[in-house]
Amino acid sequence: MKLPTLREVATEARLLLIGIPVFIWTMVPIYHMFLFAISPKEDAFSGKMWPDHPTLHNFSIVFHEQHYFLRDFYVQFWNSVVIAAAVGALTLFVATAAAFSISRLKVPGGRIVMNLALFTYFIPAAFLAVPMYRTMGNYGLLNNRWSLILAMVTIASPYAIWVLKQASDKLPVELDEAAVMDGATTLQIFRLVYLPLMMPSLVAIGTYAVLLAWNEYLYAFLLLSNDQDITLPVALGNFLSADDSPWELLMTTGFIYALPPAAIYYAFRRYMVGGLTAGAVKS
Amino acid sequence: MAITLSGDQTIPAPPLSSRLTPAQVWGIVLLAPYMLVFLAFVVYPVSYGLWLARHPASYVELYNDPVFARAAINTLIFLVVGINIKMLIALFLSGFFAQQRTWIKWLSVIFILPWAVPSIPTILSVRFMLNPEWGMVNQIIFKLTGEDGPNWLNDPTVALGMAIAVHIWKSLPFWTLILITGRLAIAHDLFEAADVDGASWWQKFRYITWPSMQTLYVTCTLLSMIWTLGDFNSVYLLTGGGPADLTHVLSTLGIRYLRLDQLSLAMASIVCAMPFVLPLVYFMMKRLSR
Repeated sequence: MKLPTLREVATEARLLLIGIPVFIWTMVPIYHMFLFAISPKEDAFSGKMWPDHPTLHNFSIVFHEQHYFLRDFYVQFWNSVVIAAAVGALTLFVATAAAFSISRLKVPGGRIVMNLALFTYFIPAAFLAVPMYRTMGNYGLLNNRWSLILAMVTIASPYAIWVLKQASDKLPVELDEAAVMDGATTLQIFRLVYLPLMMPSLVAIGTYAVLLAWNEYLYAFLLLSNDQDITLPVALGNFLSADDSPWELLMTTGFIYALPPAAIYYAFRRYMVGGLTAGAVKS
Repeated sequence: MAITLSGDQTIPAPPLSSRLTPAQVWGIVLLAPYMLVFLAFVVYPVSYGLWLARHPASYVELYNDPVFARAAINTLIFLVVGINIKMLIALFLSGFFAQQRTWIKWLSVIFILPWAVPSIPTILSVRFMLNPEWGMVNQIIFKLTGEDGPNWLNDPTVALGMAIAVHIWKSLPFWTLILITGRLAIAHDLFEAADVDGASWWQKFRYITWPSMQTLYVTCTLLSMIWTLGDFNSVYLLTGGGPADLTHVLSTLGIRYLRLDQLSLAMASIVCAMPFVLPLVYFMMKRLSR
Protein backbone atom coordinates (compact mmCIF):
# COMPACT_ATOMS: atom_id res chain seq x y z
CA MET A 1 0.00 0.00 0.00
CA LYS A 2 1.27 3.43 -0.93
CA LEU A 3 1.63 5.77 2.03
CA PRO A 4 -0.08 9.16 1.54
CA THR A 5 2.30 12.04 1.07
CA LEU A 6 2.32 14.95 3.47
CA ARG A 7 0.62 17.06 0.84
CA GLU A 8 -2.25 14.60 0.49
CA VAL A 9 -2.71 14.44 4.25
CA ALA A 10 -2.84 18.24 4.40
CA THR A 11 -5.47 18.37 1.63
CA GLU A 12 -7.57 15.73 3.39
CA ALA A 13 -7.31 17.62 6.68
CA ARG A 14 -8.45 20.83 5.03
CA LEU A 15 -11.42 19.04 3.45
CA LEU A 16 -12.35 17.57 6.82
CA LEU A 17 -12.14 21.03 8.32
CA ILE A 18 -14.97 22.00 5.98
CA GLY A 19 -16.82 18.67 6.03
CA ILE A 20 -17.23 18.33 9.79
CA PRO A 21 -18.85 21.76 10.36
CA VAL A 22 -21.08 21.16 7.31
CA PHE A 23 -22.21 17.84 8.80
CA ILE A 24 -22.94 19.39 12.20
CA TRP A 25 -24.74 22.40 10.68
CA THR A 26 -26.93 20.12 8.57
CA MET A 27 -27.80 17.60 11.22
CA VAL A 28 -28.27 19.57 14.43
CA PRO A 29 -31.94 20.64 14.03
CA ILE A 30 -32.86 17.21 12.69
CA TYR A 31 -30.95 15.41 15.44
CA HIS A 32 -32.54 17.69 18.03
CA MET A 33 -35.98 16.73 16.72
CA PHE A 34 -35.08 13.03 16.88
CA LEU A 35 -33.57 13.46 20.37
CA PHE A 36 -36.83 14.95 21.67
CA ALA A 37 -38.83 12.18 20.05
CA ILE A 38 -36.95 9.45 21.93
CA SER A 39 -36.58 11.35 25.23
CA PRO A 40 -38.88 11.18 28.23
CA LYS A 41 -40.11 14.67 29.15
CA GLU A 42 -37.50 15.17 31.95
CA ASP A 43 -34.56 14.32 29.70
CA ALA A 44 -35.80 16.46 26.85
CA PHE A 45 -35.56 19.61 28.91
CA SER A 46 -32.22 18.82 30.51
CA GLY A 47 -30.08 19.60 27.46
CA LYS A 48 -28.46 16.14 27.31
CA MET A 49 -26.95 15.02 24.02
CA TRP A 50 -28.40 11.54 24.50
CA PRO A 51 -31.23 10.65 26.91
CA ASP A 52 -30.43 8.50 29.96
CA HIS A 53 -33.42 6.33 29.18
CA PRO A 54 -34.27 6.46 25.47
CA THR A 55 -37.86 5.45 24.93
CA LEU A 56 -40.48 5.00 22.24
CA HIS A 57 -43.18 6.09 24.66
CA ASN A 58 -43.77 9.37 22.78
CA PHE A 59 -44.48 7.46 19.59
CA SER A 60 -46.95 5.29 21.47
CA ILE A 61 -48.75 8.40 22.76
CA VAL A 62 -48.95 9.82 19.24
CA PHE A 63 -50.12 6.57 17.64
CA HIS A 64 -52.76 6.06 20.32
CA GLU A 65 -53.85 9.73 20.13
CA GLN A 66 -53.43 9.96 23.92
CA HIS A 67 -53.11 13.72 24.18
CA TYR A 68 -55.48 16.64 23.77
CA PHE A 69 -53.46 17.99 20.81
CA LEU A 70 -53.35 14.59 19.12
CA ARG A 71 -57.05 13.71 19.19
CA ASP A 72 -57.29 13.90 15.43
CA PHE A 73 -53.82 12.66 14.50
CA TYR A 74 -55.00 9.98 12.04
CA VAL A 75 -57.64 12.19 10.44
CA GLN A 76 -55.06 14.95 9.94
CA PHE A 77 -52.45 12.55 8.62
CA TRP A 78 -55.04 11.20 6.18
CA ASN A 79 -55.98 14.76 5.13
CA SER A 80 -52.31 15.39 4.30
CA VAL A 81 -52.14 12.16 2.29
CA VAL A 82 -55.35 12.81 0.33
CA ILE A 83 -54.45 16.42 -0.44
CA ALA A 84 -50.90 15.58 -1.52
CA ALA A 85 -52.11 12.73 -3.74
CA ALA A 86 -54.82 14.89 -5.31
CA VAL A 87 -52.40 17.75 -5.97
CA GLY A 88 -49.91 15.33 -7.54
CA ALA A 89 -52.53 13.76 -9.82
CA LEU A 90 -54.23 17.02 -10.84
CA THR A 91 -50.95 18.85 -11.45
CA LEU A 92 -49.74 16.01 -13.65
CA PHE A 93 -53.00 16.04 -15.61
CA VAL A 94 -53.13 19.81 -16.11
CA ALA A 95 -49.42 20.22 -16.84
CA THR A 96 -48.99 17.21 -19.14
CA ALA A 97 -51.99 18.23 -21.21
CA ALA A 98 -50.71 21.81 -21.45
CA ALA A 99 -47.12 20.80 -22.26
CA PHE A 100 -48.29 18.37 -24.98
CA SER A 101 -50.54 21.03 -26.43
CA ILE A 102 -47.86 23.74 -26.45
CA SER A 103 -44.85 21.68 -27.43
CA ARG A 104 -46.22 18.97 -29.74
CA LEU A 105 -49.46 20.40 -31.18
CA LYS A 106 -48.07 23.96 -31.45
CA VAL A 107 -51.43 25.33 -30.41
CA PRO A 108 -51.91 29.00 -31.43
CA GLY A 109 -51.07 31.25 -28.49
CA GLY A 110 -49.23 28.46 -26.71
CA ARG A 111 -46.14 30.57 -26.32
CA ILE A 112 -48.13 33.30 -24.56
CA VAL A 113 -49.71 30.82 -22.16
CA MET A 114 -46.24 29.48 -21.43
CA ASN A 115 -44.97 32.94 -20.53
CA LEU A 116 -48.03 33.67 -18.40
CA ALA A 117 -47.42 30.43 -16.52
CA LEU A 118 -43.77 31.34 -16.05
CA PHE A 119 -44.86 34.71 -14.71
CA THR A 120 -47.05 32.98 -12.10
CA TYR A 121 -44.08 30.87 -11.10
CA PHE A 122 -42.29 34.06 -10.09
CA ILE A 123 -45.05 35.55 -7.95
CA PRO A 124 -43.80 35.02 -4.38
CA ALA A 125 -46.11 32.41 -2.82
CA ALA A 126 -46.84 34.42 0.33
CA PHE A 127 -47.90 37.39 -1.82
CA LEU A 128 -50.41 35.39 -3.82
CA ALA A 129 -51.76 33.92 -0.57
CA VAL A 130 -53.49 37.16 0.45
CA PRO A 131 -55.76 37.59 -2.59
CA MET A 132 -56.08 33.80 -2.92
CA TYR A 133 -57.56 33.59 0.57
CA ARG A 134 -60.27 36.11 -0.30
CA THR A 135 -60.90 34.46 -3.65
CA MET A 136 -61.49 31.09 -2.01
CA GLY A 137 -63.94 32.85 0.28
CA ASN A 138 -65.75 34.34 -2.71
CA TYR A 139 -65.93 30.91 -4.34
CA GLY A 140 -67.33 29.47 -1.10
CA LEU A 141 -64.44 27.02 -0.84
CA LEU A 142 -62.92 28.07 2.50
CA ASN A 143 -62.54 25.20 4.97
CA ASN A 144 -63.03 22.80 2.10
CA ARG A 145 -60.04 20.68 1.15
CA TRP A 146 -60.63 21.57 -2.50
CA SER A 147 -59.50 25.11 -1.75
CA LEU A 148 -56.07 23.86 -0.70
CA ILE A 149 -55.87 21.34 -3.54
CA LEU A 150 -56.71 23.94 -6.18
CA ALA A 151 -54.37 26.52 -4.64
CA MET A 152 -51.50 24.05 -4.67
CA VAL A 153 -52.25 22.95 -8.24
CA THR A 154 -52.11 26.64 -9.22
CA ILE A 155 -48.72 26.99 -7.59
CA ALA A 156 -47.26 23.69 -8.83
CA SER A 157 -48.52 23.85 -12.45
CA PRO A 158 -46.39 26.66 -13.90
CA TYR A 159 -43.11 25.01 -13.02
CA ALA A 160 -44.50 21.61 -14.02
CA ILE A 161 -45.57 22.91 -17.44
CA TRP A 162 -42.23 24.57 -17.93
CA VAL A 163 -40.16 21.49 -17.08
CA LEU A 164 -42.40 19.19 -19.12
CA LYS A 165 -42.29 21.53 -22.10
CA GLN A 166 -38.48 21.58 -22.00
CA ALA A 167 -38.52 17.77 -21.94
CA SER A 168 -41.13 17.50 -24.75
CA ASP A 169 -39.14 19.78 -27.01
CA LYS A 170 -36.29 17.28 -26.87
CA LEU A 171 -38.42 14.44 -28.28
CA PRO A 172 -37.93 14.16 -32.07
CA VAL A 173 -40.84 15.43 -34.23
CA GLU A 174 -40.34 12.41 -36.51
CA LEU A 175 -42.04 10.22 -33.88
CA ASP A 176 -45.27 12.19 -34.15
CA GLU A 177 -45.03 12.33 -37.94
CA ALA A 178 -44.52 8.57 -38.19
CA ALA A 179 -47.50 7.97 -35.92
CA VAL A 180 -49.67 10.27 -38.07
CA MET A 181 -48.55 8.37 -41.19
CA ASP A 182 -49.70 5.17 -39.52
CA GLY A 183 -53.09 6.78 -39.04
CA ALA A 184 -52.89 7.55 -35.33
CA THR A 185 -55.26 10.18 -33.97
CA THR A 186 -53.97 12.98 -31.75
CA LEU A 187 -55.19 11.24 -28.62
CA GLN A 188 -53.50 8.01 -29.63
CA ILE A 189 -50.22 9.86 -30.14
CA PHE A 190 -50.65 11.38 -26.71
CA ARG A 191 -51.39 8.06 -25.02
CA LEU A 192 -49.17 5.65 -26.95
CA VAL A 193 -46.20 7.74 -28.04
CA TYR A 194 -45.94 10.80 -25.83
CA LEU A 195 -46.76 9.55 -22.32
CA PRO A 196 -44.40 6.52 -22.34
CA LEU A 197 -41.48 8.63 -23.57
CA MET A 198 -42.15 11.33 -20.96
CA MET A 199 -42.28 8.88 -18.03
CA PRO A 200 -39.06 9.97 -16.25
CA SER A 201 -40.08 13.65 -16.33
CA LEU A 202 -43.60 12.78 -15.22
CA VAL A 203 -42.22 10.90 -12.21
CA ALA A 204 -40.06 13.90 -11.30
CA ILE A 205 -42.95 16.35 -11.64
CA GLY A 206 -45.42 14.11 -9.79
CA THR A 207 -42.96 13.80 -6.90
CA TYR A 208 -42.35 17.54 -6.93
CA ALA A 209 -46.07 18.31 -6.68
CA VAL A 210 -46.72 15.72 -3.97
CA LEU A 211 -43.83 17.00 -1.84
CA LEU A 212 -44.88 20.61 -2.37
CA ALA A 213 -48.40 19.85 -1.15
CA TRP A 214 -47.27 17.62 1.71
CA ASN A 215 -44.88 20.26 3.05
CA GLU A 216 -47.13 23.27 2.56
CA TYR A 217 -47.89 25.27 5.67
CA LEU A 218 -49.01 28.80 4.81
CA TYR A 219 -51.89 28.02 2.44
CA ALA A 220 -53.05 25.11 4.57
CA PHE A 221 -53.06 27.33 7.64
CA LEU A 222 -55.03 30.07 5.87
CA LEU A 223 -57.53 27.98 3.97
CA LEU A 224 -58.44 25.24 6.46
CA SER A 225 -59.33 25.67 10.11
CA ASN A 226 -61.52 22.92 11.61
CA ASP A 227 -59.57 20.31 13.56
CA GLN A 228 -61.11 17.63 11.35
CA ASP A 229 -60.09 19.33 8.08
CA ILE A 230 -56.57 20.60 8.74
CA THR A 231 -53.43 18.88 7.57
CA LEU A 232 -50.65 17.71 9.86
CA PRO A 233 -48.40 20.78 9.55
CA VAL A 234 -51.24 23.08 10.60
CA ALA A 235 -51.89 20.82 13.58
CA LEU A 236 -48.18 21.09 14.46
CA GLY A 237 -48.37 24.89 14.24
CA ASN A 238 -51.40 24.84 16.55
CA PHE A 239 -49.34 23.11 19.25
CA LEU A 240 -47.65 26.46 19.76
CA SER A 241 -50.82 28.19 20.91
CA ALA A 242 -50.66 26.47 24.31
CA ASP A 243 -48.65 27.99 27.15
CA ASP A 244 -46.97 24.71 28.08
CA SER A 245 -46.76 23.00 24.71
CA PRO A 246 -45.84 19.31 24.95
CA TRP A 247 -42.64 19.80 22.97
CA GLU A 248 -41.57 16.17 23.08
CA LEU A 249 -44.88 15.17 21.45
CA LEU A 250 -44.66 18.03 18.96
CA MET A 251 -41.19 16.85 17.92
CA THR A 252 -42.33 13.20 17.75
CA THR A 253 -45.26 14.10 15.50
CA GLY A 254 -42.97 16.33 13.44
CA PHE A 255 -40.51 13.49 13.05
CA ILE A 256 -43.26 11.13 11.83
CA TYR A 257 -44.50 13.84 9.47
CA ALA A 258 -40.99 14.43 8.06
CA LEU A 259 -40.32 10.77 7.27
CA PRO A 260 -42.54 10.28 4.16
CA PRO A 261 -41.11 13.23 2.19
CA ALA A 262 -37.53 12.24 3.05
CA ALA A 263 -38.26 8.66 1.97
CA ILE A 264 -39.98 9.77 -1.25
CA TYR A 265 -37.14 12.13 -2.00
CA TYR A 266 -34.49 9.46 -1.61
CA ALA A 267 -36.54 6.92 -3.58
CA PHE A 268 -36.86 9.27 -6.57
CA ARG A 269 -33.61 11.17 -6.14
CA ARG A 270 -32.30 10.01 -9.50
CA TYR A 271 -35.27 11.55 -11.32
CA MET A 272 -35.57 14.59 -9.08
CA VAL A 273 -32.04 15.90 -9.32
CA GLY A 274 -31.83 15.44 -13.07
CA GLY A 275 -35.35 16.62 -13.88
CA LEU A 276 -35.77 19.46 -11.45
CA THR A 277 -32.39 21.12 -11.05
CA ALA A 278 -31.84 21.11 -14.78
CA GLY A 279 -35.24 22.76 -15.13
CA ALA A 280 -34.86 25.23 -12.29
CA VAL A 281 -32.09 27.26 -13.84
CA LYS A 282 -31.01 26.95 -17.41
CA SER A 283 -27.36 27.92 -17.51
CA MET B 1 -68.46 36.71 -38.08
CA ALA B 2 -68.44 37.39 -41.78
CA ILE B 3 -65.96 38.53 -44.35
CA THR B 4 -66.74 41.86 -46.07
CA LEU B 5 -65.80 41.94 -49.75
CA SER B 6 -66.81 45.33 -51.11
CA GLY B 7 -69.79 47.50 -50.32
CA ASP B 8 -72.42 45.46 -48.61
CA GLN B 9 -71.52 42.23 -50.32
CA THR B 10 -70.55 39.67 -47.69
CA ILE B 11 -70.03 35.96 -47.59
CA PRO B 12 -70.31 33.97 -44.35
CA ALA B 13 -66.96 33.02 -42.79
CA PRO B 14 -66.28 29.29 -42.70
CA PRO B 15 -67.22 27.76 -39.35
CA LEU B 16 -64.45 27.80 -36.76
CA SER B 17 -64.10 24.03 -36.78
CA SER B 18 -63.16 23.91 -40.44
CA ARG B 19 -60.45 26.56 -40.09
CA LEU B 20 -58.67 24.61 -37.37
CA THR B 21 -57.01 21.29 -37.95
CA PRO B 22 -58.12 18.47 -35.61
CA ALA B 23 -54.71 18.68 -33.93
CA GLN B 24 -55.26 22.36 -33.18
CA VAL B 25 -58.72 21.65 -31.75
CA TRP B 26 -57.16 19.07 -29.45
CA GLY B 27 -54.46 21.59 -28.59
CA ILE B 28 -57.08 24.04 -27.36
CA VAL B 29 -58.97 21.33 -25.48
CA LEU B 30 -55.82 20.13 -23.74
CA LEU B 31 -54.72 23.65 -22.86
CA ALA B 32 -58.14 24.47 -21.39
CA PRO B 33 -57.62 22.91 -17.92
CA TYR B 34 -54.58 25.08 -17.24
CA MET B 35 -56.30 28.16 -18.68
CA LEU B 36 -59.23 27.59 -16.29
CA VAL B 37 -56.88 27.24 -13.31
CA PHE B 38 -54.99 30.33 -14.42
CA LEU B 39 -58.10 32.46 -14.87
CA ALA B 40 -59.82 31.32 -11.67
CA PHE B 41 -56.84 31.29 -9.29
CA VAL B 42 -54.35 33.78 -10.72
CA VAL B 43 -56.10 36.37 -12.90
CA TYR B 44 -59.20 36.78 -10.75
CA PRO B 45 -57.42 36.90 -7.35
CA VAL B 46 -54.70 39.25 -8.58
CA SER B 47 -57.17 41.68 -10.20
CA TYR B 48 -59.45 41.49 -7.19
CA GLY B 49 -56.49 42.10 -4.90
CA LEU B 50 -55.36 45.11 -6.91
CA TRP B 51 -58.90 46.44 -6.82
CA LEU B 52 -58.91 46.10 -3.01
CA ALA B 53 -55.64 48.04 -2.85
CA ARG B 54 -56.91 50.91 -5.02
CA HIS B 55 -57.49 53.49 -2.24
CA PRO B 56 -54.60 55.91 -1.63
CA ALA B 57 -55.74 56.04 2.01
CA SER B 58 -54.44 52.49 2.51
CA TYR B 59 -50.95 53.55 1.49
CA VAL B 60 -51.00 56.53 3.83
CA GLU B 61 -52.09 54.28 6.68
CA LEU B 62 -49.41 51.78 5.75
CA TYR B 63 -46.78 54.50 5.65
CA ASN B 64 -47.80 55.62 9.13
CA ASP B 65 -47.64 52.10 10.56
CA PRO B 66 -44.17 51.70 12.13
CA VAL B 67 -44.44 47.93 11.69
CA PHE B 68 -44.48 48.41 7.92
CA ALA B 69 -41.29 50.46 7.85
CA ARG B 70 -39.56 47.92 10.04
CA ALA B 71 -40.79 45.03 7.88
CA ALA B 72 -39.56 46.74 4.73
CA ILE B 73 -36.09 47.24 6.26
CA ASN B 74 -36.03 43.64 7.55
CA THR B 75 -36.95 42.39 4.08
CA LEU B 76 -34.11 44.39 2.59
CA ILE B 77 -31.64 43.00 5.16
CA PHE B 78 -32.94 39.51 4.42
CA LEU B 79 -32.45 40.00 0.68
CA VAL B 80 -29.15 41.86 0.62
CA VAL B 81 -27.30 40.29 3.55
CA GLY B 82 -29.00 36.90 3.83
CA ILE B 83 -29.05 35.98 0.16
CA ASN B 84 -25.49 37.07 -0.51
CA ILE B 85 -24.13 35.13 2.46
CA LYS B 86 -26.15 32.11 1.38
CA MET B 87 -25.02 32.23 -2.25
CA LEU B 88 -21.36 32.78 -1.35
CA ILE B 89 -21.45 29.77 0.99
CA ALA B 90 -23.22 27.77 -1.74
CA LEU B 91 -20.51 28.77 -4.25
CA PHE B 92 -17.79 27.76 -1.80
CA LEU B 93 -19.47 24.45 -0.88
CA SER B 94 -20.10 23.59 -4.52
CA GLY B 95 -16.33 23.47 -4.88
CA PHE B 96 -16.06 21.30 -1.78
CA PHE B 97 -18.73 18.84 -2.95
CA ALA B 98 -17.25 18.64 -6.45
CA GLN B 99 -14.19 16.90 -4.93
CA GLN B 100 -13.99 13.21 -5.72
CA ARG B 101 -14.00 11.43 -2.34
CA THR B 102 -16.25 8.64 -1.12
CA TRP B 103 -16.93 10.34 2.21
CA ILE B 104 -17.81 13.62 0.48
CA LYS B 105 -20.34 11.73 -1.69
CA TRP B 106 -21.95 10.35 1.46
CA LEU B 107 -21.93 13.78 3.06
CA SER B 108 -23.67 15.24 0.02
CA VAL B 109 -26.49 12.69 0.45
CA ILE B 110 -26.99 13.87 4.04
CA PHE B 111 -26.44 17.52 3.16
CA ILE B 112 -29.64 17.53 1.08
CA LEU B 113 -31.84 16.67 4.11
CA PRO B 114 -32.80 20.22 5.17
CA TRP B 115 -34.22 20.78 1.70
CA ALA B 116 -35.97 17.38 1.58
CA VAL B 117 -37.69 17.46 4.95
CA PRO B 118 -40.63 19.81 5.66
CA SER B 119 -39.81 23.12 7.30
CA ILE B 120 -42.42 23.06 10.08
CA PRO B 121 -40.88 20.45 12.40
CA THR B 122 -37.29 21.52 11.74
CA ILE B 123 -37.90 25.24 12.26
CA LEU B 124 -39.86 24.51 15.42
CA SER B 125 -36.94 22.34 16.49
CA VAL B 126 -34.58 25.30 16.04
CA ARG B 127 -37.04 27.47 17.93
CA PHE B 128 -36.81 25.17 20.90
CA MET B 129 -33.03 24.87 20.66
CA LEU B 130 -32.89 28.65 21.06
CA ASN B 131 -35.15 28.73 24.12
CA PRO B 132 -33.18 30.75 26.71
CA GLU B 133 -33.89 28.40 29.62
CA TRP B 134 -34.24 24.86 28.30
CA GLY B 135 -32.82 25.16 24.81
CA MET B 136 -29.85 23.06 23.85
CA VAL B 137 -27.77 26.03 22.67
CA ASN B 138 -27.84 27.94 25.95
CA GLN B 139 -27.34 24.77 27.99
CA ILE B 140 -24.15 24.11 26.03
CA ILE B 141 -23.04 27.72 26.47
CA PHE B 142 -23.69 27.40 30.20
CA LYS B 143 -21.72 24.16 30.47
CA LEU B 144 -18.78 25.62 28.57
CA THR B 145 -18.59 29.08 30.10
CA GLY B 146 -20.71 28.99 33.24
CA GLU B 147 -22.56 32.06 31.91
CA ASP B 148 -26.13 32.34 30.65
CA GLY B 149 -26.38 32.61 26.88
CA PRO B 150 -28.29 35.38 25.11
CA ASN B 151 -32.07 35.39 24.86
CA TRP B 152 -31.91 34.57 21.16
CA LEU B 153 -35.44 35.31 20.06
CA ASN B 154 -36.17 38.21 22.37
CA ASP B 155 -33.74 40.71 20.86
CA PRO B 156 -35.10 41.74 17.45
CA THR B 157 -31.68 42.06 15.82
CA VAL B 158 -30.52 38.64 17.02
CA ALA B 159 -33.92 37.09 16.24
CA LEU B 160 -33.80 38.40 12.66
CA GLY B 161 -30.29 36.98 12.34
CA MET B 162 -31.59 33.62 13.53
CA ALA B 163 -34.44 33.74 11.00
CA ILE B 164 -31.87 34.40 8.27
CA ALA B 165 -29.80 31.48 9.57
CA VAL B 166 -32.86 29.22 9.40
CA HIS B 167 -33.55 30.38 5.87
CA ILE B 168 -29.95 29.61 4.90
CA TRP B 169 -30.13 26.21 6.61
CA LYS B 170 -33.25 25.33 4.63
CA SER B 171 -32.31 26.53 1.14
CA LEU B 172 -28.51 26.22 1.03
CA PRO B 173 -28.59 22.59 -0.20
CA PHE B 174 -30.72 23.46 -3.23
CA TRP B 175 -28.48 26.27 -4.45
CA THR B 176 -25.33 24.29 -3.73
CA LEU B 177 -26.74 21.49 -5.86
CA ILE B 178 -27.42 23.86 -8.75
CA LEU B 179 -23.96 25.42 -8.52
CA ILE B 180 -22.35 21.94 -8.43
CA THR B 181 -24.09 21.20 -11.75
CA GLY B 182 -22.60 24.42 -13.08
CA ARG B 183 -19.13 23.55 -11.83
CA LEU B 184 -19.20 20.03 -13.26
CA ALA B 185 -20.03 21.49 -16.67
CA ILE B 186 -16.65 23.25 -16.85
CA ALA B 187 -14.25 21.39 -19.13
CA HIS B 188 -11.79 19.46 -17.00
CA ASP B 189 -8.73 19.97 -19.21
CA LEU B 190 -8.77 23.70 -18.40
CA PHE B 191 -7.87 22.85 -14.80
CA GLU B 192 -5.27 20.30 -15.91
CA ALA B 193 -3.61 22.90 -18.12
CA ALA B 194 -3.66 25.37 -15.24
CA ASP B 195 -2.07 22.76 -12.96
CA VAL B 196 0.70 22.22 -15.47
CA ASP B 197 1.32 25.98 -15.49
CA GLY B 198 1.46 25.89 -11.68
CA ALA B 199 -1.59 28.05 -11.04
CA SER B 200 -2.69 28.56 -7.42
CA TRP B 201 -6.25 27.59 -6.38
CA TRP B 202 -7.17 31.27 -6.31
CA GLN B 203 -5.89 31.82 -9.85
CA LYS B 204 -7.84 28.76 -11.02
CA PHE B 205 -10.97 30.11 -9.38
CA ARG B 206 -10.41 33.66 -10.64
CA TYR B 207 -9.62 32.80 -14.26
CA ILE B 208 -11.46 29.52 -14.92
CA THR B 209 -14.25 28.75 -12.44
CA TRP B 210 -15.72 32.21 -11.88
CA PRO B 211 -15.92 33.34 -15.52
CA SER B 212 -17.79 30.19 -16.51
CA MET B 213 -20.16 30.30 -13.54
CA GLN B 214 -20.80 34.02 -13.32
CA THR B 215 -24.07 34.06 -15.28
CA LEU B 216 -25.45 31.05 -13.45
CA TYR B 217 -24.49 32.59 -10.12
CA VAL B 218 -26.23 35.89 -10.88
CA THR B 219 -29.36 34.12 -12.14
CA CYS B 220 -29.49 31.96 -9.02
CA THR B 221 -29.06 34.98 -6.78
CA LEU B 222 -31.96 36.81 -8.45
CA LEU B 223 -34.23 33.77 -8.42
CA SER B 224 -33.38 33.20 -4.79
CA MET B 225 -34.36 36.81 -4.06
CA ILE B 226 -37.80 36.33 -5.60
CA TRP B 227 -38.38 33.11 -3.69
CA THR B 228 -37.12 34.60 -0.45
CA LEU B 229 -39.70 37.36 -0.74
CA GLY B 230 -42.28 34.56 -0.62
CA ASP B 231 -40.63 32.78 2.29
CA PHE B 232 -43.15 32.96 5.09
CA ASN B 233 -42.07 30.00 7.22
CA SER B 234 -38.56 31.03 8.31
CA VAL B 235 -39.78 34.14 10.09
CA TYR B 236 -43.30 33.13 11.10
CA LEU B 237 -42.43 29.78 12.65
CA LEU B 238 -39.30 31.01 14.40
CA THR B 239 -40.37 34.36 15.83
CA GLY B 240 -43.97 34.83 14.75
CA GLY B 241 -42.89 38.36 13.77
CA GLY B 242 -42.06 39.16 17.38
CA PRO B 243 -40.79 40.44 19.72
CA ALA B 244 -43.18 43.41 19.47
CA ASP B 245 -43.70 42.95 15.71
CA LEU B 246 -40.07 43.89 15.08
CA THR B 247 -38.96 40.91 12.98
CA HIS B 248 -41.73 40.94 10.38
CA VAL B 249 -40.81 40.78 6.71
CA LEU B 250 -43.21 41.75 3.92
CA SER B 251 -44.53 38.21 3.48
CA THR B 252 -45.42 37.78 7.15
CA LEU B 253 -46.70 41.35 7.34
CA GLY B 254 -49.24 40.76 4.57
CA ILE B 255 -50.53 37.70 6.39
CA ARG B 256 -50.59 39.64 9.69
CA TYR B 257 -52.88 42.29 8.17
CA LEU B 258 -54.97 39.53 6.66
CA ARG B 259 -55.40 37.91 10.08
CA LEU B 260 -56.34 41.33 11.51
CA ASP B 261 -58.97 41.56 8.78
CA GLN B 262 -57.27 44.60 7.21
CA LEU B 263 -57.34 43.25 3.71
CA SER B 264 -56.70 46.50 1.86
CA LEU B 265 -53.59 47.06 4.01
CA ALA B 266 -52.46 43.50 3.32
CA MET B 267 -52.78 44.06 -0.43
CA ALA B 268 -51.22 47.52 -0.24
CA SER B 269 -48.14 46.13 1.54
CA ILE B 270 -47.74 43.60 -1.27
CA VAL B 271 -48.24 46.23 -3.95
CA CYS B 272 -45.44 48.21 -2.29
CA ALA B 273 -43.07 45.30 -2.89
CA MET B 274 -43.85 45.26 -6.61
CA PRO B 275 -41.19 47.81 -7.63
CA PHE B 276 -38.66 45.31 -6.26
CA VAL B 277 -40.28 42.20 -7.63
CA LEU B 278 -41.21 43.21 -11.18
CA PRO B 279 -37.69 44.06 -12.44
CA LEU B 280 -36.47 40.75 -11.00
CA VAL B 281 -39.32 38.88 -12.66
CA TYR B 282 -38.75 40.64 -15.96
CA PHE B 283 -35.08 39.72 -15.91
CA MET B 284 -35.80 36.09 -15.00
CA MET B 285 -38.42 35.79 -17.75
CA LYS B 286 -35.93 37.06 -20.29
CA ARG B 287 -33.31 34.60 -19.08
CA LEU B 288 -35.59 31.58 -18.95
CA SER B 289 -37.82 32.01 -21.98
CA ARG B 290 -34.99 32.35 -24.48
